[in-house]
Amino acid sequence: MKNNIAVKVDDLTVAYNYKPVLWDIDLEIPEGVLMAIVGPNGAGKSTLIKSILGILKPIAGSVSIYGKSYEKQRALVAYVPQKGSVDWDFPTTALDVVMMGTYGSLGWIKRPGQKEKKMALEALEKVGMLSFKNRQISQLSGGQQQRIFLARALVQDASIYFMDEPFQGVDATTEIAIINILKELRKANKTVIVVHHDLQTVPEYFDWVTFLNVKKIATGPVKDIFNDDNLTKTYGINYKVSIQE
Amino acid sequence: MDITEYIQLVFTDYTLRTITLGTAILGAVTGMLGSFAVLRKQSLLGDAISHAALPGIAIAFLITGAKNSNVLLLGALISGLVGTFWIRGIIKRTHLKSDTALGLILSLFFGFGMLLLTFIQKQPNANQAGLDKYLFGQAATLVESDVWLMVIVTGACLIVLLLFWKEFKILLFDADYTKTLGFNTKFIDILITTFIVLAIVLGLQTVGVVLMSAMLLAPAAAARQWTNSLGIMVFLAAIFGAFSGVFGTAISASQNNLSTGPVIVIIAGVFVLISFIFSPSRGLLFKQIRFIKNRRDLQLHKTLAFMYHIAETHDDISHPHTIKILNNFQGFTKGTLQKLVDKHYVTLHGSDWSLTKEGFKTASNLYNQQSENNE
Repeated sequence: MKNNIAVKVDDLTVAYNYKPVLWDIDLEIPEGVLMAIVGPNGAGKSTLIKSILGILKPIAGSVSIYGKSYEKQRALVAYVPQKGSVDWDFPTTALDVVMMGTYGSLGWIKRPGQKEKKMALEALEKVGMLSFKNRQISQLSGGQQQRIFLARALVQDASIYFMDEPFQGVDATTEIAIINILKELRKANKTVIVVHHDLQTVPEYFDWVTFLNVKKIATGPVKDIFNDDNLTKTYGINYKVSIQE
Repeated sequence: MDITEYIQLVFTDYTLRTITLGTAILGAVTGMLGSFAVLRKQSLLGDAISHAALPGIAIAFLITGAKNSNVLLLGALISGLVGTFWIRGIIKRTHLKSDTALGLILSLFFGFGMLLLTFIQKQPNANQAGLDKYLFGQAATLVESDVWLMVIVTGACLIVLLLFWKEFKILLFDADYTKTLGFNTKFIDILITTFIVLAIVLGLQTVGVVLMSAMLLAPAAAARQWTNSLGIMVFLAAIFGAFSGVFGTAISASQNNLSTGPVIVIIAGVFVLISFIFSPSRGLLFKQIRFIKNRRDLQLHKTLAFMYHIAETHDDISHPHTIKILNNFQGFTKGTLQKLVDKHYVTLHGSDWSLTKEGFKTASNLYNQQSENNE
């Protein structure tokens, strides 16, 4: 069933001022997986996502989405940036932020109309934020802001979702709400790629995992490769997981 | 000339009308564009651009030898743009942070401009007198063609704003995300920056190199205090900017010809001050009032909650109790008791108090709400 390759990365190398951040990454992500990217701070997890999405320019390597270049397949891809990457005091409402998810399909100049508003409201409902639609975004809690970002990506109705630490700084309720939505996406055969920090929850949440520390350490099904050996290779310390207990 | 005389003159005197109109339009367009600079956290960019324009003015004069304001402004535009792109280049290609790059370009260009100005002043060319007016601006030199130029630029700016409104908004909020949607963020960025440079250059004649950035920032900073909508913020900033221009001109013209630029900037500063203090949601005054009110309410609620716990244990909630049992309880004063009576939560009978039905209901709501929040 998982034969289609949704995302393929070849020899990707990224450097900031001569210091390599990602080194010669080869990666194949099958369609329909819920994949965690794990690795220590500075391992290049966010950089990997940003390079795949063309936000950062790699010095070498290529990326393809369903066999074609990312530029051609943009409409299939949605992105949830780190919550801390924007200024939440920006003068706008929750609904307005979610509506931004429709801007890509609208293209230049055309304004969002009733149809786009309806899509945004539906996405807000999916993340349980409908009653906050007119709230100024600075008056939302961290978890609510994260849900708004998720709703904005859902509006794009993509096939592949890239999420940069969607569980960072959210409470348990929000974490469960978010993971349920991600699992629903997987059920619809969408591919979801998540930069993740909490190793304890990897086996519970994800079915696919990539270990990253500048180089790719391993990638594959969680049940096969999520073990002490790979964790030690990635984190550099003798890692003993007691996850299954 | 006093202020009433001035108001009469605005409608009859051609020069005064031109100047007032010019400063009003200038204030509006800089206020509008300033909103974008402020929200992009590029407040200092305006300062760097206006200072970077000075050598352009001097070089344009050296080349043409004439003081044609359009030619000088073209020189200012070119050197302003050069300065802007150097700043961007430095940020992109070196480890330097944007504040360093801005400060560097600002002082380098301004220093070079001052050097050229002093050089020009030593020249025998009689035309050179008054070039230093560009430092602090002189609204009195505005003529009809200057105002027309402002109208054209403002019109173009409005059209571009309306066309690319959604692109501007999303770029300001989340540039990386905008890129993933397939928008050419560089184009949007250059569009905004070019208009900011244009507006600044237009204002140099009126407000001057040194104070120009205040025209960009002050109306926007004031407008941000009053609204949580980008559209209303841009609109308000334009209004504040325009009024700063008009009031500034009026005051400077009626008070013994005070220098217009500084007066306009001070008026804009007054808008900022008023907004910081009196804005209902973000202002200091209402914040303090809300704080005091909350503290009082909390005191009241604490006393009410205490009463509720006592009343709860009785079948009759209005069973009277002596006031003395409240005495040891913190938050209780004669004042709070009186307030509770005023709100009809409590009735007094001599030295006894009893909770009313309404008071009991309010207290039980408060109490239940609290325990819900704790969950």
